[in-house]
Formats: sequence, structure tokens, C-alpha cells
Amino acid sequence: MKFIGNAHQYGDNINTDEIIPARYLNIADEKELAKHTMEDIDINFLNKLKNGDIIVAGANFGCGSSREHAPLVIKISGVRCVIAETFARIFFRNAINIGLPIIELKGAKEKIKTGDKVEVDLEKGIIKNLSKNSEYKITHFPEFMQKLISAGGLMKYIDKKSTAYN
Amino acid sequence: MRDFAKEYGLTHYYDQGEVGVEHALLPEKGIVVSGDIIIGADSHTCTYGALGAFSTGVGSTDVAAIMATGKVWLKVPETIKFVIRGNLQKWVYGKDIILNIIGKIGVDGALYKAMEFTGDTIENLDMSGRMTICNMAIEAGGKNGIIAPDKITEEYLKNRANRPYKFYTSDSDAKYSEIIEIDATKLEPQIAFPHLPSNTKNISQVKNVKIDQVVIGSCTNGRLEDLRIAAEVLKCKKINKSTRTLIIPATPYIYKQAMNEGLFDIFLDAGAIISPPTCGPCLGGHMGILAKGERALATTNRNFVGRMGHPESEVYLCNPAVAAASAIAGEITKPM
Repeated sequence: MKFIGNAHQYGDNINTDEIIPARYLNIADEKELAKHTMEDIDINFLNKLKNGDIIVAGANFGCGSSREHAPLVIKISGVRCVIAETFARIFFRNAINIGLPIIELKGAKEKIKTGDKVEVDLEKGIIKNLSKNSEYKITHFPEFMQKLISAGGLMKYIDKKSTAYN
Repeated sequence: MRDFAKEYGLTHYYDQGEVGVEHALLPEKGIVVSGDIIIGADSHTCTYGALGAFSTGVGSTDVAAIMATGKVWLKVPETIKFVIRGNLQKWVYGKDIILNIIGKIGVDGALYKAMEFTGDTIENLDMSGRMTICNMAIEAGGKNGIIAPDKITEEYLKNRANRPYKFYTSDSDAKYSEIIEIDATKLEPQIAFPHLPSNTKNISQVKNVKIDQVVIGSCTNGRLEDLRIAAEVLKCKKINKSTRTLIIPATPYIYKQAMNEGLFDIFLDAGAIISPPTCGPCLGGHMGILAKGERALATTNRNFVGRMGHPESEVYLCNPAVAAASAIAGEITKPM
């Protein structure tokens, strides 16, 4: 999996209430729900976003609630992947489970700024900041998690009746 | 959901007058017990660690997969041990211990890790206070909070547990990623300022913070013990006319018990609003949604931007005694 997108940078501790406020959680339609992605942290987020773009953030991205809507609306709104210093634990699981690529990168906020063109190669484990001509190695997920990701999420993985689960 | 529960014959579906805040209701009914591994589709599932269970929150796909397969993918976490010693001062509770810890280590201070709470302060703490502490482990990024089960746990479970339970304790040579010692004797009531639970201050440092709304309730502090503390402060007092005060017993049992103990008379005479059990305003759901510019003081667990309503509203976090005293004063204040 290799893709190129423009980066949109946010700070530390971006929480699930900012990613998708609870007041919208009664909306069952994914596309309708995704119209409110990142609304409380950046009201213009969706106007700036182009399909295939990348979110870059600091530490503890996705902290707070267990709402799966958070990685889901990010994915549905067209974000290709999220690169952050660290992710909150439940968001991390949820992203893997619903098939949103997430990458932990030390110093993410310094290495990639808003507007930078970024190439991500998940197989090779390499992020290239094309705007700065710099290249960073990323740690591979453990094998089990790679299988989850390449299956397209936990539901599809279980559908395949993988030996790991049955 | 009602139709789904009926179709699949779900035995633990609580509807209508049985509705309660999950993390108060499940322990109360003895559904979660010591020694369990509990995975729940809510981040505050970590509450049950107070019983000496491994308990953690996940998303709904995870839970669906568990229901389908009986299995879950987990990594054994490293553990931070907190050793808390000494007697708490009057008007200082489990809430202040956990807010103080989050203030010290930050909202990602225990990321992916277990938080084990030990020491004589914890040993002397009632189950309600222990639940408050474990409930907010997630607010430090923790995978779970856990407290070794003891006589207090036994007392709590004995008339509730509807199946056998097992007490586990840490090995004497257990390895910890970190050990943090806390002197509880000097601890003051803590206030978490907007917009992070780690943004804590001692109440003595807090001056002139006017409050439009007080909320006493939630899975963090909506238990009977919390309501008794609030009643102790509100007895024969009047709430400030400009401070809307909501008291939300977390379960029907707590509601009924509080009524029978006369706490409702105290609350109503003081001018508070009593709500049926609900998570309600804690996550900006309903009942007391903040308008633009409004400021709330709440015994809940999160004070993120827009958590309780408008993105330009503010939430401060505290214990039930401070919430009640501040409702009377109309600004954040320590009980007399």
C-alpha cells in the first residue's frame, strides 16, 4: 500500500469529542456523520481536506471515548491515514479494527507540517516528506495486526474464519 | 435495541425504570466480580478494576467480534504502581486522588499501561471511592486501573455477586515500569480546569470562577456515597439562583435509596433539580446542555472542548462536596 497526500497538522491530545462531538452520534448514516469530522477543533477541516490527504498530530491522538465513530468519520471523510507521535489506546484498536491506517512516528509534528506533500509506503515501512526531501522509517505492526489491516479490518478478518480466531 | 434484545433473548437488557449508568449498575447488580476479565464497549469500563478485575474499554466492532468468537486481541500491559499513603483530609476523596495523579502524569501518562493503586489510603477507601479512581484510569491513557481485592471488596460482593469470584493479588516480586509514591495527607480538593482532566489545581489556588451549572452524578461520582456527601454540604442551605444544579443518581436503586434516606428533601429544599438515572449532560447528551459561554462544574470525568454542549462552553471537574459547596456559592469554592 503506497499513497501520496497533503498533510494537515494538529496538536497533542486531540480527543474523540473534538473528532466527532457526541451531539451527532445519533446520526446512523456514515456520510452524514462524517460531515461533522473534526468540527469542534477545526470548523474548516472538511473545506481544506482533499480526498487522500493525511492527518499529522502530536501525542495521544484520539484520547477519550471508545466511540468507533471517531476513526470511522476520519476514514469516510477521505483521510488516507493518520500519522501521530502516539495514539490513545482505544482509538488505536478502533482504527485497526475498522481499517483506517495509522502510523506512530516520533517527532511527527516537527517532521511533517501542514501543506507538506507526504508519501507513505506501508509495505516498505517508509514515510517520505516530499516537500522537505526527507525520509523516515516506521515500525512495522506485529504480524497478527498486519493481517487485520490487510484484511480490511476485524470484521472482514473474522469473516475469513482465520485460524487465529477459530 | 428493545426489539433486538427481545429477538435474541438478552437477559441483561435494562429498560425503562430499570435504566442506570452502566458502570454503576453492573457492579451494583453483581454482574461484574473480582477475578473477571471484562471487555466493554465504553471507555469507562475500567471502573470495575476497583473490584480486582481486569477491565478495559474497546470499540463496538471489538465487542461484536468478542460476542461472535469469545476471543479478543490484547497485549499484556506494563504496570505503573501508585503507592498512596496517609489519611485524607475532610472533603478530600478518591476523586481528588485520581485528579491529582492525572495532573502529575498527564492525559497520556499511563498510555497503554495498567495502573495499580496501592497503599493504606486505598486500603481504607470505600468501594465507591475505589471505583471513582479506577473509572478515571482512562483519563491518564491507562488500559486499566486495578486495586487488590480485600475485606472491603468481600463486603461489597457478598450480597451482590451472582456467581463465584476469585481474588488475585500482585506477585511480591512483580516488576513495574514505574512506582509513584503519593503523600495523601496534604492533598487538597482538586479542580481540573478546561480543557483537559490533567489541567488540575489545588482548590486553594482557585479564585473567582463563577459557575452557571453544577452537575453531581455520572459513572465517576453518581453513587449513593457521592449523593450523601453532596447532601451533607447542601443540608439547610440554598443554592445560588444563578447556578442551575443537577443531581443525577446513577441507578434506580441509588435513586430510591437516596429518597428513602431523605437526601431528596435536602436537595429539593436547597433548590436542586433531581434527574432520573442517565449519563445525560456528562457527554452533552441531554439534560443540562451548556450554551455558548456557559461554565459548568461537574463531578464527571472529562472536560474536553464541547464535551457538555457548545464548543465555547467550559467544564471544570471536582468531587461531590466541592460541587455542592460551589452550587451554594455560585462560584468554585471549598466546603466550610
